[in-house]
Amino acid sequence: MAVPSPPFSLSKHSLSNPPSFLASNPSLDPSKAPVLRPRNAFGSEANLGGVEQTRLRLWNNLKTNSDLRLQASRELPGLTKELKSDKSERMERIEHGTDLFDEMKQRFLSFKKHKYMQNLELYEKLAKDQAPKFMVIACADSRVCPSSILGFQPGEAFVVRNVANMVPPYENGPSETNAGLEFAVNSLKVENILVIGHSRCGGIHALMSMHDDVETSLIGSWVSVGMNARVRTKAATKLLNFDQQCQHCEKESVNCSLVNLLTYPWVEEKVRNGELAIHGGYYDFVDCAFEKWTLDYKESNPIDKSGKVAVKDRAFWF
Amino acid sequence: MQSTTFHFLASIMSSSSRHAGMGNLSQEEAIEGLKKLLIHNDKDEQLNKELEMKIEKLISELLGTTPHDCHPVKRILGGFQSFKTNKFDVYPELFRELAERQNPKFLVFACSDSRVSPSNILDFQPGEAFVFRNIGNLVPPFNQLRYSGVGAAIEYAVVTLNVENILVIGHRRCGGIDRLMDLPEDGSTASDFIDDWVQIGLPAKAKVKAEFGHLPPDEQKRECEKEAVHLSLANLQTYPYVRERMARKALALRGGYYDFVEGCFKVWEVKTIITTPIHS
Repeated sequence: MAVPSPPFSLSKHSLSNPPSFLASNPSLDPSKAPVLRPRNAFGSEANLGGVEQTRLRLWNNLKTNSDLRLQASRELPGLTKELKSDKSERMERIEHGTDLFDEMKQRFLSFKKHKYMQNLELYEKLAKDQAPKFMVIACADSRVCPSSILGFQPGEAFVVRNVANMVPPYENGPSETNAGLEFAVNSLKVENILVIGHSRCGGIHALMSMHDDVETSLIGSWVSVGMNARVRTKAATKLLNFDQQCQHCEKESVNCSLVNLLTYPWVEEKVRNGELAIHGGYYDFVDCAFEKWTLDYKESNPIDKSGKVAVKDRAFWF
Repeated sequence: MQSTTFHFLASIMSSSSRHAGMGNLSQEEAIEGLKKLLIHNDKDEQLNKELEMKIEKLISELLGTTPHDCHPVKRILGGFQSFKTNKFDVYPELFRELAERQNPKFLVFACSDSRVSPSNILDFQPGEAFVFRNIGNLVPPFNQLRYSGVGAAIEYAVVTLNVENILVIGHRRCGGIDRLMDLPEDGSTASDFIDDWVQIGLPAKAKVKAEFGHLPPDEQKRECEKEAVHLSLANLQTYPYVRERMARKALALRGGYYDFVEGCFKVWEVKTIITTPIHS
């Protein structure tokens, strides 16, 4: 029976100094969690940023090269104990999580001091009600948070994040995504829906790698929503390599979601009346570029004969 | 002219960042001055686009209008440019790493509410947290036939990305929990999808009604916001891969609650207690 232990509470009166920039200790110590990256990402501490990147890179190598670790333990018994203690220290770290949650506490207090208290009027207004102009559907991928890359501030965007930023069609029945859609369109009355795809998407990769027979994993069941995108991609990109095909599918899947949005009667009605605009977006974090387009809704034929979506106002920011 | 513009802007920005009011200029004087800048510069020279946007933004801030009064596309273009200049270009090595793979330590469940983005309130940086956002930050129990969206996220984060922490964050004034508490007792639904989704939280509602039924509705809702987090944490443990990793201490579950009325954030852990046999 799960029993929550008593919470620690950070109330309005316990402001502390903002956390200092993380110590510039480049030595790799895998037993110490490389605490989350420095919060002063907005400052110009390029030098210290360089040190922090070193720590991250080394940590990544350790985490992902588990094969390497196993090999070492077989060949050099002397290192085994060290490796074992590394694992137990990791477990201890996970169990107590003190480093991570201390950092989190500092970040929240910093948010409170530098944003919340500096904009009390705005937050008091927001506390009563939200009136965002955007609904954003984005991937859960840790690299593509819409608040980070597009600068959405509290109150501006109602955000649904799922695997591979997919919108299932109306006939698929209830899901968390269309519950969010219904709330945003009918209750909050947002004026824009923006579906954002991105590069190197694991969900799209899974979609493109699926075998044609029955998919048993939950990931497979979910990403099958994008099957039309996969079919169109495979037809259009026969000469490209798999990675290029995936990139094509990432954008195709956004369009597939835009079409699926129109299967919801209350969405289609608002688009037709000009009360709601639907946009697609694509964030490429390899080259740091953002592409954006708007669905061109013509009552007679928003989707032309080949199954492609009619778009307008295409923009490319880099 | 350009230098005067910057000097003026700098004084406005520095004073507005010190406190909500103005520094040595009255609000009206500041707004008038900024407006004059826009008109004046139109005549002499082309104010560059970015500067123009900054001035417009300052004017709207001073007028107390909310940021989203601007044209939506301009708004996100500005946001992206700011991200690129202040983050992406400042940490190229880091972003090159991230482009190859993500290695987040957190899986976060948060509400879709526009006021509770985890990146804003907990300052998550790119690469740190795999974030699933839905109405009411609800996690349904493991089900291979339904709710594949949530299931896919948990499966991907836990099995493929090997996250070490799951954090479920509830919040005050949650519209999803409101709807849950207002659901009619006869099971009828007023919406296509919302009601179907929020009824995942029915066990939490039942508990709140039993323990806090004597409280006014608003306070019951607040209790339910937290109880729904407890429920989601319990439901998470019905996913086999979550349970397995918790058993070998490779994964920790925590709940959180963000109260933007009081300005506070609570975090708590999940610990499972099985007592020693009481009857042999």
